[in-house]
Amino acid sequence: MKKQRSSAAVNSSLIRRPIQRLFPIFLLPTFAAFCIGFLWPFIHGIYLSFCKFTITSNAKWVGLDNYVKAINDPGFMHAFWYTALVAVTSLVVINLLAFAVAYALTRGIKGSNLFRGVFFMPNLIGGIVLGYIWSTIFAGIFSRYGTSMVLDANLGYWGLMIVLSWQQIGYMMIIYIAGLQSVPEEMLEAAQIDGANGWHTLWHITIPTVMPSITICTFLSLTNGFKLFDQNLVLTGGQPFAFQPDGTVIRTTEMLALNIYNTFYLNSKSRGVGQAKAVLFFILVAAIALIQLRATKSKEVQQ
Amino acid sequence: MKRRHYGKTILSWVFVVVCIVYMLPIVVVGYNSFKENGAINTDTFALPNADTFMGWENYKTGMTVGEYPFLKSVAYSFIITILSAALILVCTAMAAWYISRVDDIFSRIVYYLCVFSMIVPFQMVMFTLAKTANVTGLNTPWTIPVIYLGFGAGLAVFMFVGFVKGMPLAIEEAAAIDGCGPLRTFFEVVFPMLKPIFISVGVLEIMWVWNDYLLPYLVLDRTEFRTIPIHIQYLQGSYGHVDLGAVMALIMMSIVPIVVFYLTCQKYIVSGVMAGAVKG
Repeated sequence: MKKQRSSAAVNSSLIRRPIQRLFPIFLLPTFAAFCIGFLWPFIHGIYLSFCKFTITSNAKWVGLDNYVKAINDPGFMHAFWYTALVAVTSLVVINLLAFAVAYALTRGIKGSNLFRGVFFMPNLIGGIVLGYIWSTIFAGIFSRYGTSMVLDANLGYWGLMIVLSWQQIGYMMIIYIAGLQSVPEEMLEAAQIDGANGWHTLWHITIPTVMPSITICTFLSLTNGFKLFDQNLVLTGGQPFAFQPDGTVIRTTEMLALNIYNTFYLNSKSRGVGQAKAVLFFILVAAIALIQLRATKSKEVQQ
Repeated sequence: MKRRHYGKTILSWVFVVVCIVYMLPIVVVGYNSFKENGAINTDTFALPNADTFMGWENYKTGMTVGEYPFLKSVAYSFIITILSAALILVCTAMAAWYISRVDDIFSRIVYYLCVFSMIVPFQMVMFTLAKTANVTGLNTPWTIPVIYLGFGAGLAVFMFVGFVKGMPLAIEEAAAIDGCGPLRTFFEVVFPMLKPIFISVGVLEIMWVWNDYLLPYLVLDRTEFRTIPIHIQYLQGSYGHVDLGAVMALIMMSIVPIVVFYLTCQKYIVSGVMAGAVKG
């Protein structure tokens, strides 16, 4: 990093200055779009989280009011715990299965490439179409037993788990396969000569070597779980609804992203609260990302 | 030795079965798209028979179901995806080169803002972004690529900068000494060297934009412009009146481009996914 900078300084007259003069061509288009598509909406969003508004022009400053309302909203807290549950369960299920598949498909069995292709394919289908395919299948199964996903929160939960696994196993498998292929052959041979059995080799050689892949996949599935929207919307849309004695409604299978969306668009009077929820959601996702960064950094130091 | 050999054959057959089960959801939707509506509801898993087989009828009605021509949504999906991916690739590659070669305070700020934007979930900006897009007129299929460039710049710039930092300066110096200006240097010297990362970023952006639902749903005028995911979600949302057979047909038709894309660029897709996963 440092070295590059000094060499760039030496070459400043040759390379740097002429490029710098073309700032409007090279950097400005991206920067302008970035301001419109991200920076301004982001800053404006933070400001609006402290306001009461239905449209942006009638915003009135209310201080921390929206945040207090967001935290005291039982639906939001329910969505938070439900999301955490979905994210953690899907993390375990997806990673165990993906690792098992990747491990089996790096044993050199016939047809490995074809199998990998099949497992990866669902990942390319977007959440809406994917959710619709599965809600057709689930409707076909559950209607035989006189029930459906929108009637029973447990079915909605496990249905979502199946869909998430189906979609993400192939993706994580690709990352695990790359990790498994980097395990040095000599190490496995040495273990075999020393008389280690399959489980020993897996626990003491393979898994420690693919640890970076495991870190990447764990955090990817965790953030995917927390940010989930499309599949949640299509499969159950938050149903079944639980009506509380005090008149509020808890949408039992609603996750955080959908809860925020509903707070914005089901009732235009609660948009300020929705924006405050969105800021809290951002802080949560950012915190997970920072923990991931530290986890990967500390691994790099060790190696 | 012999035992291990048998073990591998058995494992192969286990995977054949697992893969068939894995593809079943698509297969079931596939043969349901040839069945009449009532039969889809009452017995989803039955194969079409003489009574329930409809031929291509569902595909014909699917073209206009929901009072919106399906081919129009296909066209909008293609337009938005291709324009956005092209715009993101060209603009962010240039920006990343500028950031890496002109290492001043401003380019460093832009770079860190881009990295920061990668961890911001869409819900954080969805309301204000839709508003901004409306005000600036970036709410049509022809102009929404600018929004995609803005919101997607983070990952693309990050991946390109990571790659450019590892590229030798000597070649660009040689070009500069030979009197080659920055624009020519970029397009004739740097651009060809970017090819591997260019493909990776391209694959990631195409997959993102093609499948994206909420951003175009909030930004575009929905009565006028619908992408495939928006159209399908609209059909599903209209409970009761939904023509199931037609929707099955639409789902099959919307999977076809993805399968074609996958079969033609499998190698690049896998490497793109790898690059994106490791860096994102």
